[in-house]
Amino acid sequence: MLLTSTKDLKDKGFEEILNFFRKKSLWMLHYCTGCGAVELPPTMTSRWDMERFGMGPMATPRQADLLLITGYLSVKSLKRVIYTYEQMQEPKWVIAFGSCPINGGIYYDSYSVINRLALYLPVDLSIEGCMPRPEAIIDGFTKLMKQIEKGEAIGYKKYKENYEWYKKNQREVLERTTPVLEQEE
Amino acid sequence: MVNNYILRFLFAAFLSIILGLLYMGIGRKYIARIRRCYAGPFYQSYIDVIKLFSKKSISHNWIMDFGVMMGFAGIIATVIFLPIGPFTVFPDMKGNLIVIMYFMTIGYLGMAMGVAASGNPNATIGIARALALMVGYEIPFALAVILLVFVNKSSLLADIITTQQGSIFHWNAFRYPFAFVGSLIALQGMLGEQPFDAMIAPAEIASGPMVELSGKFLGFGFLQHGAQIFLETGIIAAMFLGGGTFLGFFTKQLFLYLVTLSIAAVFPRYRFEDAVKFFWIIPTSLVLIQLLIFLI
Repeated sequence: MLLTSTKDLKDKGFEEILNFFRKKSLWMLHYCTGCGAVELPPTMTSRWDMERFGMGPMATPRQADLLLITGYLSVKSLKRVIYTYEQMQEPKWVIAFGSCPINGGIYYDSYSVINRLALYLPVDLSIEGCMPRPEAIIDGFTKLMKQIEKGEAIGYKKYKENYEWYKKNQREVLERTTPVLEQEE
Repeated sequence: MVNNYILRFLFAAFLSIILGLLYMGIGRKYIARIRRCYAGPFYQSYIDVIKLFSKKSISHNWIMDFGVMMGFAGIIATVIFLPIGPFTVFPDMKGNLIVIMYFMTIGYLGMAMGVAASGNPNATIGIARALALMVGYEIPFALAVILLVFVNKSSLLADIITTQQGSIFHWNAFRYPFAFVGSLIALQGMLGEQPFDAMIAPAEIASGPMVELSGKFLGFGFLQHGAQIFLETGIIAAMFLGGGTFLGFFTKQLFLYLVTLSIAAVFPRYRFEDAVKFFWIIPTSLVLIQLLIFLI
């Protein structure tokens, strides 16, 4: 069962000072398979100007702090997202866009789409909407910044603490992607 | 001024890093204003560096650690020879241009060693492009250096600065305008700004040399880039804009950097082989014309 001991995992002491700098310079990696990706260019460029908050797009998972899941995840792309997440360096955060990563959205009964991302990766913040407008996205980012400042954005610690639980969930769903031909033999 | 060499060296190193990062922050704001947005505060680069050093980082082997450090140290070692306004770390050496040109490559070679050890093919492609580009811009820059050495009968930056004193029209930028323009284009390549950013190319090779750098390694990359901005604009400011007092020198550096960014903000990028070809044709012939005018 998932251990959610938020109190024990909260950042303390020196980390709190560093959190001030971390929240002011969030570099993000966007995983753009879902429809939410189309809302990101106006958020980044001059209309809504995300760089005011020190945020910016990054090219590789090694450099990024923030993973954006912009919409639905098929089972196959979940595997790639997990690889990407595990390549990122701590501290790292995950934001899920729209209703698809929360409950499946319009793909709730699809055979190839996962319904709840929080079972497989520690989601720090979900932005509701189908899809969220840039205003909602920026609102979400400012909420995450507040969480980081308070030391409550500790998804990556939960992932380490409950690694077995997350791996079990991931294995269950990823087994579905093994090729059918091999299973019949 | 302190006479202790270690203190003088530390002063130059910290000054180059702090001012380089400041120029970087101002530059980001400047580019944002060209694009009609606002960007973060001017001290954003400092925040980024502190954050990067507070992150966990992953190293593949000791060559990678060593190479990143060597790239950083190579640039800082070059700053020793740069006359920062009226100040040089070793007052007797007076900034020999040949030594500066030789030392400047060490930064790139260190970076090449570090990122090649990271084992990512994108990084190797990126650093190969950076080194190819270096061959491109070194030719016009070296010709400009040869011109100034001819003119001043001395390869010391301090002597080159001395002959430019007096009036603004004694500056080499006004005496040798073609060479100045050629060197400005070379500066664009040295700093890796558009149109010569084929080595970074985030959408194509995922930011090239930086692709595997995380946490403190990327932090050192930031510091290196900051010091590089300080060094390379400083060399051009001393060669063509007549050095000056501390404040004058820093203003000239910032002016040169902003000129570079103005070009960068409106240009797409060259493929690296086209960039090398461009360097060998346009800026090289500009400097050659200046050399011919001087000789005749």
